[in-house]
Amino acid sequence: MNAKILILLILFPFSAVAQGFGGLGATADNFAMPTANPRFDFPADHGAHPDYRIEWWYLTANLRGPDGTDYGLQWTLFRTALAPGEAAGWQSPQIWFAHAAVTTKDQHFATERFARGGIGQAGVQASPFRAWIDEWALEGPDFNTMTLNATGPDFGYDMALKAEGPLVFQGDNGFSVKSAQGQASYYYSQPFFQIDGTLDLPTGKVAVTGTAWLDREWSSQPLSDQQSGWDWFSLSFADGSKLMGFQLRQTDDTRYTSSTWIDADGTTTPYGDGSFTATPLVETQVAGRDIPTGWRVTLPERGVDVAVNALNPNAWMDLSIPYWEGPVTVSGSHTGQGYLEMTGYE
Amino acid sequence: MIASCLRALLSHWRRNPVQLFAYLAGLALATALWSGVQAINSEARASYDAAAQTLGEGQFDLVIPRQGSSISVDHYVALRRAGWLVSPVLDGRLGDVRLVGIDPVTSPTGIGANTAQTSTGRPFDTVFANSETAALLDPAVTVTHDPSIAPGIAIGDIGVVQTLLQRDDLSRLILLEGQPLGQPDLATIAPALRIQPAQQVGDVAQLTDSFHLNLTAFGLLSFAVGLFIVHSTIGLAFEQRRGMIRTLRSLGVPLRLLITLITAEMMILALIGAGVGILLGYIIAAVLLPDVAATLRGLYGAEISGTLALRASWWASGLLLAVVGTGVALSSRIWQIAHMPLLASVKPRAWVIATASRFRLQSIGAIVLLGVALPIALIGDGLLAGFALLGCLLIGAALALPALAATLLTLLEKRTTAPVCGWFWADTRQQLPGLSLALMALMLAVSANIGVSTMVSSFRLTFVAFLDQRLAPELFLTVENAAQSAQLEAFLHERNLEVLPLLRTETTVAGLPVDLYGVRVGPTYRDSWAFLDAAPAAWDRVERGDAVVLNEQLARRAGLWVGDKVQLTPDLTMPIAAVVGDYGNPQGQVILSQTLFQTLQPDIYASQFGIRTDDAPALRAQIVDTLGIDDNAIISQAAIKALSLEVFEKTFVVTSALNILTLGVASFAILMSLLTLADLRVPQLAPVWALGLTRRHLGWLELLRAVLLAGLVFLCALPLGLALAWVLLSVINVEAFGWKLPMYLFPFEYLQLGGYALIAAVLAAMWPALRLMRTPPATLLRVFASER
Repeated sequence: MNAKILILLILFPFSAVAQGFGGLGATADNFAMPTANPRFDFPADHGAHPDYRIEWWYLTANLRGPDGTDYGLQWTLFRTALAPGEAAGWQSPQIWFAHAAVTTKDQHFATERFARGGIGQAGVQASPFRAWIDEWALEGPDFNTMTLNATGPDFGYDMALKAEGPLVFQGDNGFSVKSAQGQASYYYSQPFFQIDGTLDLPTGKVAVTGTAWLDREWSSQPLSDQQSGWDWFSLSFADGSKLMGFQLRQTDDTRYTSSTWIDADGTTTPYGDGSFTATPLVETQVAGRDIPTGWRVTLPERGVDVAVNALNPNAWMDLSIPYWEGPVTVSGSHTGQGYLEMTGYE
Repeated sequence: MIASCLRALLSHWRRNPVQLFAYLAGLALATALWSGVQAINSEARASYDAAAQTLGEGQFDLVIPRQGSSISVDHYVALRRAGWLVSPVLDGRLGDVRLVGIDPVTSPTGIGANTAQTSTGRPFDTVFANSETAALLDPAVTVTHDPSIAPGIAIGDIGVVQTLLQRDDLSRLILLEGQPLGQPDLATIAPALRIQPAQQVGDVAQLTDSFHLNLTAFGLLSFAVGLFIVHSTIGLAFEQRRGMIRTLRSLGVPLRLLITLITAEMMILALIGAGVGILLGYIIAAVLLPDVAATLRGLYGAEISGTLALRASWWASGLLLAVVGTGVALSSRIWQIAHMPLLASVKPRAWVIATASRFRLQSIGAIVLLGVALPIALIGDGLLAGFALLGCLLIGAALALPALAATLLTLLEKRTTAPVCGWFWADTRQQLPGLSLALMALMLAVSANIGVSTMVSSFRLTFVAFLDQRLAPELFLTVENAAQSAQLEAFLHERNLEVLPLLRTETTVAGLPVDLYGVRVGPTYRDSWAFLDAAPAAWDRVERGDAVVLNEQLARRAGLWVGDKVQLTPDLTMPIAAVVGDYGNPQGQVILSQTLFQTLQPDIYASQFGIRTDDAPALRAQIVDTLGIDDNAIISQAAIKALSLEVFEKTFVVTSALNILTLGVASFAILMSLLTLADLRVPQLAPVWALGLTRRHLGWLELLRAVLLAGLVFLCALPLGLALAWVLLSVINVEAFGWKLPMYLFPFEYLQLGGYALIAAVLAAMWPALRLMRTPPATLLRVFASER
């Protein structure tokens, strides 16, 4: 009964990202590598890139119920490849897995799915857009208009998404550098989704509405072996501007940071290592570890100096690969809300 | 003082090497069979555990096809896309290896702890197996060695296994825990599939329990016989050492020290004997294991390892039992020493008087045990009660034996007037206490032999008759799909042959998992099926769809019989027209007409056919040529019969081997008792010799006595053995397999066995008798020269 070991083994590229397993992601075995100055080709690039080792379609949403209650929602489809390329049937080297979660102030529901490529159980098709695993799907006639669903043993949701702004390219026009050694990924987002739909919770169904943020990222060697985990922030401010910032924690206790300022019209300004800072203020004991659930986040170039606090400090994703992911509220120089993901806390 | 005391104690063994040998050999024999059987059992259990761990069999609900054993990958994906969390399994055989393909990313069971270390990160290229199994696989297959994987099984990714088996389908789906909300009904997505609840899967360990209990009973029996030897040896050794003990104590050795030394001495010897026994047990187990493995595979489809591992569970239990057994035998003797007056005289006669009260105790024990056996036989229920009944019968009868023999000998003594005869009976009676344990051992061995061979032979007769009635059709054929099924029917119909199509599905009746069979009632069924019990015109009623037939297992387990009604579906209840004996498998069966079956299960077509024909080879060739049915899908009656009988014979190889071994142990017990008695008897024989009986004459009388006693034992063992056979056939079998077997008697075999028992006794008595014939007259004369 060592499914977990096995799964970790099979999924080690993702583990390398999530847990910072030193060295595992260091070689790229014939996988394609991201290069600077990418030229994206849409809608094809919304689909899968099987020549790269890892890829994800990562959606988070801040929602509000009719009574003003706040909710968070996550839907992520991951692809990881044992070898580059695609093959038919069970011979396919592609593995898919997905996470779904709903967070309330005092509850957190999370579930996961696994699938093999090549047999039709999971996959992503660029046009019309369809990303699916089992009965879960994110799909629509194009990337701007989509429906989203997921179910677990104790929760589910059914949502509709409409993009009200352009795609946003992170880093240098979508080439996002992850370390001083040059590890990088292709990374773009759609942070302008309006979302509404129904959450199915043990207490009953709730109609909700809010905003959603979809990240697309693929790479083959995203972390250097001196990096142990990351803290990733997607913040939406009251004035319509947005901030994506992350810091990669390195084993020598230094940080590598990167961020993108997004104006309300979708104009982006990237900031390299050192501009964006995130400092833990509040730690919470979650699943036997100390997790920072309150942060001071600054971006001096934009006058940002805010406190970021978890809506529910216990938003622990207790899955095969455990991590923290949940909605946050923003106060200070700017107000707003957003999502926080933290990996590699042992 | 300790050293010289110990030297004095040990000198006894130097002077009586045969007694030392008896003590060690008794312990070794007792431990050998016990630990051998335990070794086999623990190996098998370890294999079952490994299999359960490897495959998770029985732990999870399964989704399986209503018919056949194939699920398409499309069905799997359709289920997943509908929100059914299932994980695929492909199960097949590659030569001697069971090859199981799983999907590691969805499977609830992993491949094993070593995967993480041995794999290069590409588990999808290799299959995992222990090294024994790996050796059986084609060298072209990449195998990762993993000792935690059950024997006979190789596991790999479904992709790898599909390639190896040249298949593109799945065998079954594991229903995972934590199914999502809002799941649609299985029937609407995949009507051809059904759920088999986890608890309904016959747990291999549970199925094979009765088999292992049988082995354990044999082990325990021989252990008891071995302990008899130990007990009597210890008794004699202490009798003989009374003088020494008296001397040592008179010289000032404290009682406590003496007891400690004796205990230590006996226990160390016991450990040596038990150690040898464990070694022998290992050898016995290693020799028997391949047959046991074949039996378990044939009977239950359970794979067990062909190689034996040294597990603490069995050798420690053997050692512990030997030490405890010796301890019990020793404690009464130690008690005697502790309470013996310091200067008590040492008369053999005193020993006999003391045992008169022991006979009385034994008789009371026998009456109590036999008295308990009666209510158990009448109201007992379950396998354990069956074995309790066996235990009470065997031990009760064994305890009754010496008292019975003594009474008989007293009677004979009173009726004889000739002096030599009178002395002979009296002397035999006087030897009884020393021989009683050996005689009990012989009786247990003989009666176990009678009981088990009666059961096996009765079973064999019944089984062969059953095969004849069940395997009446000359050809058996399996088709792959509905079209082929219809084609075959038409083909056979044209030729005007009697066809016996068989429709089969699994279902639950009376809360028990059963096979539901749809049959076309025809002359073959009417003529050759023998019912255990039936209502009038049973087949007519079945044919009309008015009634069903149950097999005996189901009838007994569900407490139903002819005339009762059985609920087949929530809205269909049918009367039972007949109950049929079924000795092929432990599973329950309901047999109904083809028409009724098809109204209940419209999707299921006849996948198996029996065909009556006068020219089987020609028809077989025609079917292969005309219909394109694979020759492998056709089996001739003779082949099935041979296969079934082979399984049957293998099942009882182990039993008969154990039978012979217990008889051997028992005759060894007699030999050892006679040898150890021989020296003691010199003072008793000397006067007779002095009165004129020659040593040769005395030797012959010794042999005659052995034959007479063995004959007496055999006479007592015969009814006991038959009682044993009855319990095995009517109680144990019903519990273990669900069928009751008619008991047949085999007088010729019993006589033969009686002959063996006599021969064993004569062989055992030969050496002591020869020694007596050659006793120097001086030794006999010395008896008159001085008292001991």
